[in-house]
Amino acid sequence: MKPIEKTLAMTLLATCMATGAAHAKTITWADTSDVYSMDPHGQAISPTLAFLHHIYEPLVRYNKELEIEPALATGWEVVEPDLWRFTLREGVTFHDGSAFTAEDVVASLTRATHPDSPIRGNLPAVARVEKVDERTVDIHLNGNYPLLLNDLTNVYVLDKTWMDEHGALNPVDPSKGEQSYATTHTNGTGPFVLDTRRPDAETVLTVNEQWWDEAQHNLTRIEFTPIASDATRVSALLSGQIDMMLSVPLQDISRLENAPGFNILETPGLRTIMLALNQSPETLGDSGTGDNPLRDLGVRKALYQAINMELIRDKLMRGKSRNAALPVAPAVPGYDASLDERFPYDPEAARQLLAEAGYPDGFSIGLDCPNDRYVRDEEICQAIAAMWARVGVETRVNARNASNHWQTALNGGSDVWMFGWATLPMLDSFSILSQVLTSPHDKYGAWNPGGYENAEVDTLVEKISVAQDEQERLSMIAEAFAITKAEVPLIPLHQQPLIWATNDNIQLPQTPDNKVRLWYATVE
Amino acid sequence: MIAFLIRRLLQGALVMLTVAFIAFSMFRFVGDPVTNMLPQDATLEQRTELQERLGLNDPLPLQFGHFVTNAVQGDFGISYRNQRPVSDLIAERLPATMEMVFAAVVLSLVIGIPMGVYTALRRDSWLSHLFQGVSLAGISVPTFVTGILLILVFSVWLNWLPSFGRGDVVEIGGWSTGLLTVSGIKALIMPVITLSLFQITLIMRLVRAEMLEVLKTDYIRFARARGLTNRAVHFGHALRNTLMPVITITGLQIGALIAFAIITETVFQWPGMGLLFMQAVSFVDIPVMSAYLVMVSLIFVVINTIVDMLYFVVDPRLRVDAGKNTTGA
Repeated sequence: MKPIEKTLAMTLLATCMATGAAHAKTITWADTSDVYSMDPHGQAISPTLAFLHHIYEPLVRYNKELEIEPALATGWEVVEPDLWRFTLREGVTFHDGSAFTAEDVVASLTRATHPDSPIRGNLPAVARVEKVDERTVDIHLNGNYPLLLNDLTNVYVLDKTWMDEHGALNPVDPSKGEQSYATTHTNGTGPFVLDTRRPDAETVLTVNEQWWDEAQHNLTRIEFTPIASDATRVSALLSGQIDMMLSVPLQDISRLENAPGFNILETPGLRTIMLALNQSPETLGDSGTGDNPLRDLGVRKALYQAINMELIRDKLMRGKSRNAALPVAPAVPGYDASLDERFPYDPEAARQLLAEAGYPDGFSIGLDCPNDRYVRDEEICQAIAAMWARVGVETRVNARNASNHWQTALNGGSDVWMFGWATLPMLDSFSILSQVLTSPHDKYGAWNPGGYENAEVDTLVEKISVAQDEQERLSMIAEAFAITKAEVPLIPLHQQPLIWATNDNIQLPQTPDNKVRLWYATVE
Repeated sequence: MIAFLIRRLLQGALVMLTVAFIAFSMFRFVGDPVTNMLPQDATLEQRTELQERLGLNDPLPLQFGHFVTNAVQGDFGISYRNQRPVSDLIAERLPATMEMVFAAVVLSLVIGIPMGVYTALRRDSWLSHLFQGVSLAGISVPTFVTGILLILVFSVWLNWLPSFGRGDVVEIGGWSTGLLTVSGIKALIMPVITLSLFQITLIMRLVRAEMLEVLKTDYIRFARARGLTNRAVHFGHALRNTLMPVITITGLQIGALIAFAIITETVFQWPGMGLLFMQAVSFVDIPVMSAYLVMVSLIFVVINTIVDMLYFVVDPRLRVDAGKNTTGA
């Protein structure tokens, strides 16, 4: 090659590379833990489902305002109370080029509701699914059920032929020691295609040029990497190795705000942090008295009013949390602003109530907490223990890892225990009403080991579960919340903040469900 | 030698069985995996059913029996978290941990031994005092602090090295290596320094103490009397005789490094076995936890056996003793 030609070639090459770089829009981002599996029916864990939404899609989806909108289905009608008919979108193709049809929907929903399916609980009402024609499917329900659309947002559609070819028509069953092709391979209809995956190291997606929807994003590539250590994650952002991170630790917010070139996104999350009060008739494990003092409404209210939530918000949560009187966040259907006012912090009244209940000298009690699950979980419990001690209730804090904490608490072994409830995946008040506030029977009350029972609430929950009229349903939910607010079976504390940080050249919406939706993200 | 090996293997098998059993009896205190595997609003029925299917309600001896029967056939089950065979997961992570640990061992020997020799020979030089002082810091600062400090300096301030991960890796016959790419080697630097800092000081101090001890012995005096050069005395005779404990400690430390790697791997998000174990613990991923503990005990057993065999090579007296024993028996 002559020198002049060489120069020319180099220039040409450099130009190509420069334009290539200008078109490539990559977001590298990190969260605390990895996506568990590539199988959309393999895990019912919210962050995993949120990530897979980039590759796979449901019949209906949430938009960035958290409203349900058509996705793979373009319309639906309730033919009978227990029969919903969905019209499917035309012109959708899977990543391997095959067309999306009614067969795929039937096979996918059947797979998700298979007895072995780990996410069967996400579609509790679906009895069976039938193809009507190429563009129509019927979903038969067990009975009246108002929340089918909510449920469907979490169940993604796979290609039937592809599943069939690779023996993945049945879901994985971890107890049987099988693994599925779909655990490590994907073929969806979503805006991004799986490029490479190294578990716990990096998962790379590239853009799906054939996506049916009009792209609002301008990304060509997504690189996701889990970074468990908070300090390392913040450092990775500061040093420019990643463009975006979730779960910013409270103590690092000011550091990121002071560094040039970063945006902090924050919003109160859906997850409400609460204390559950064990009302079982037996003597409490940590209490010094013969009867269970928590069975007395006055005592429960005294414990409530002895907690200074303003102090916890300002000092422990650095002003970022939202104090709550209802067990659901404002974004959850069924939230009623008129009920969301806490009983005031009043240690004097608390002491009075305790005296009236027959405990003028207080009693002793255990407060069980996780120490690795929520924002400042253990510190909050320590603070509450000190506040309760001030009104004469001697509190022993028992903070452990979440898995141990749940095991004890859900078996009824805790006096008072901390838990959080985001109402996910259902995203409706029915979630917490049915599993926390209903007495344990049938499919209800899995998280009510303390045995709180109110016949009126139980009846309301039964009615809510089949209500057809949305207004009526919401007013019944409000009624149930009003009763449970007055009876104090649990003490709502606050909604913890969701804090994300990005480079300031990235624009993306943040929703209170803490799910990243990069098909709304743009990079300058 | 063969009898010794067989005895060692039997002992090793017993050790691993014991470790597995202790691990299994501890799992009941780790918590319940079911809460992590189901959505929060799962019903009571779904929870009990999953517990039943995973065999969590079986009595402990039965669970243990299942585990041992399958493990002997090389089947460690399916991870609850990743839903992939545990043996695959470990095989994927093993190269990352091994590369880091061996790099750390090599680094600690290459730096630790010369430093130890130097400080023993030139006890009063200022450099020796400096080494001693620095080594005190190396031994007392916890690993995660060193790691975070390195990240702060070299990633955030100087932007020279990546703060997490392994960089680009190359697959060679199922073994993923980061040693062949620039980004892989850059990513290796800080974790290796973090992991080896303690080992460097340990080996330096060990060599120094042993060396001082040996230099006082009679045969060194005789060697000097014979008019041998300093170099021959120090390296040919003294150093060689200090190496026995160094080999023992290094061997034991390889095992410890794999275990300590948990912290280093967490700080640097190094996708090795330690990180896998940490995630398994927080998820209560029992198949992964039990396989990991058995693996680590296997590594300890193998390393100790190798160390014992190295004695034969380094110390001629042992060969004579062993010969007597076998003929005597």
